[in-house]
Amino acid sequence: MAVPSVAVQTRLSIRSRLAESRNALGFGFMLPAAALLLVFLTYPLGLGVWLGFTDTRIGRPGIFIGVENYEYLWSDSVFWLSVFNTLLYTVSASILKFVLGLWLALILNEKLPFKSFFRAVVLLPWVVPTVLSAIAFWWIYDSQFSILSWALQQMGLIDHRINFLGDPTNARASVIAANVWRGIPFVAITLLAGLQTIPQSLYEAATLDGASRWQLFRYVTLPLLTPIIAITMTFSVLFTFTDFQLIYVLTRGGPVNATHLMATLSFQRGIAGGQLGEGAAIAVAMIPFLLAAILFSYFGLQRRRWQQGGGD
Amino acid sequence: MAAIKEVERQETDEGGMGYLQSLPRRVVTVYLPLLVFLIVLLFPFYWMTITAVKPNIEMTDYVNYNPFWVVHPTLEHIRYLLFETSYPGWLLNTIIISTAATFLSLAAAVLAAYAIERLRFSGARQVGLAVFLAYLVPPSILFIPLSVMVFNLGLYDTPFALILTYPTFLIPFCTWLLMSYFRSIPFELEECALIDGASRWQILTKIVLPLSVPGLISAGIFAFTLSWNEFIYALTFIQSSEKKTVPVGVLTELVRSDVYEWGALMAGALIGSLPVVVLYSFFVEHYVSSMTGAVKE
Repeated sequence: MAVPSVAVQTRLSIRSRLAESRNALGFGFMLPAAALLLVFLTYPLGLGVWLGFTDTRIGRPGIFIGVENYEYLWSDSVFWLSVFNTLLYTVSASILKFVLGLWLALILNEKLPFKSFFRAVVLLPWVVPTVLSAIAFWWIYDSQFSILSWALQQMGLIDHRINFLGDPTNARASVIAANVWRGIPFVAITLLAGLQTIPQSLYEAATLDGASRWQLFRYVTLPLLTPIIAITMTFSVLFTFTDFQLIYVLTRGGPVNATHLMATLSFQRGIAGGQLGEGAAIAVAMIPFLLAAILFSYFGLQRRRWQQGGGD
Repeated sequence: MAAIKEVERQETDEGGMGYLQSLPRRVVTVYLPLLVFLIVLLFPFYWMTITAVKPNIEMTDYVNYNPFWVVHPTLEHIRYLLFETSYPGWLLNTIIISTAATFLSLAAAVLAAYAIERLRFSGARQVGLAVFLAYLVPPSILFIPLSVMVFNLGLYDTPFALILTYPTFLIPFCTWLLMSYFRSIPFELEECALIDGASRWQILTKIVLPLSVPGLISAGIFAFTLSWNEFIYALTFIQSSEKKTVPVGVLTELVRSDVYEWGALMAGALIGSLPVVVLYSFFVEHYVSSMTGAVKE
């Protein structure tokens, strides 16, 4: 460091070494996360696809049997029923969650006393373990002592107890209701965050122009909220589509497979029934739907960038 | 005068144009729906609590007792749960597994997030995207191959099966959350430290981490809650009764015969939810802001 030119040289070499080591350092820092994810996420993903092409059972390694599992599933009416159920469950629960969640978000966006308290309390259904709240729903839906049946009977709306989980149609409606109950808070709180980013001045300007409340919502709120709606709903759809816990607690797929989702069917065949290969094939069959949802999210994000005036 | 106007303006700004609405209208459009939402969203918790302290006689007798209330509250169900079942053991298992998985994931996520966000190694953007995509891979399509792996690795029926697999959904989530947090820390601080000759490790531990304590807390709470709530892996990878976690234990061990012990079940669900709710209520602001922040990204 005595001679300036030497100092400049060392600084240069340090800089070049830094540039080089940035990758090495980045690699080192990434290592723990990457190792865990590669071993326990990427590899099982591939293994799952492979298992779908084998006849592996619990306790017996399988051999490659090509698309036999898929051929079997193709002609299996229970599998198609589960696909139908999953789509019905996802679509109806997501629509309800969106409508009710947006409504709740709009309410919470109003000027309210104890606003932060309400915001905190509303999130509770989303915070508690799904299985445990599902057990509460199980008790609420009990065929003999259902509090809902009792309350409706007291009000004189029905004359005998509702068989919530024993009848195919009722069971579907009941699990969807429980899922919506759990999903509303997530949708509401994320959409509320989106609502709060919308400047008040836009509403004031629109009101001065004579816009009605519906027009305010339709032409100011909704367009500005679209990007966050796209992301929130993608997540919501993704989690609803792959739902397992709620069904497993409430109906285990019954009655007569009327509420079997692809995830629960995959568990039933793969783990409970021991047919790992077939279970894996059912799980793999979910991937195209998930990819569609992710692409939807991707285009939602694209639109957001475009709305912000390009760039990222 | 101007000051008063300014205050007025701020006050009205807060509620938007709510002042344009009359009170009766607000009751119908805001307070009434809010009340209905609150009742529906909170009723299951009320029902859980009331059932947990209700004697069995009252529970099944809707003629003489109003089911919405409890006349002679009892701690019998809770006593049964805590002293005659393996429930305390499940609680302990869940605490150990969730804590271990949370710390493991946080450590890995801090390093990864810092590397992606600040080291900007070649391909950092792609790695960031890959982490995001990893978050979208649901456990429902991973549990079958993972169960094969867990079995072959000899981890079946050990806590390590869960401690090592939970990071698959915790790391992507924490990394993503911490990335947005690190982005908010001024780059200049790090540059100063670099000029003073600090190593990257020193920068991370002495500058970035102390500044991101709030981010770490929210990521930690999230991770803890997610692992506490996890079900499908715990159901698949754990066999013995005493090694189960709370959600799995309550569902598979407390439900035995056709006569359900509803009181004990509800008590189990209630006590199992409490730690998460308490943790959440302490950090609700972090929770809400990081949740919305993570979605806004």
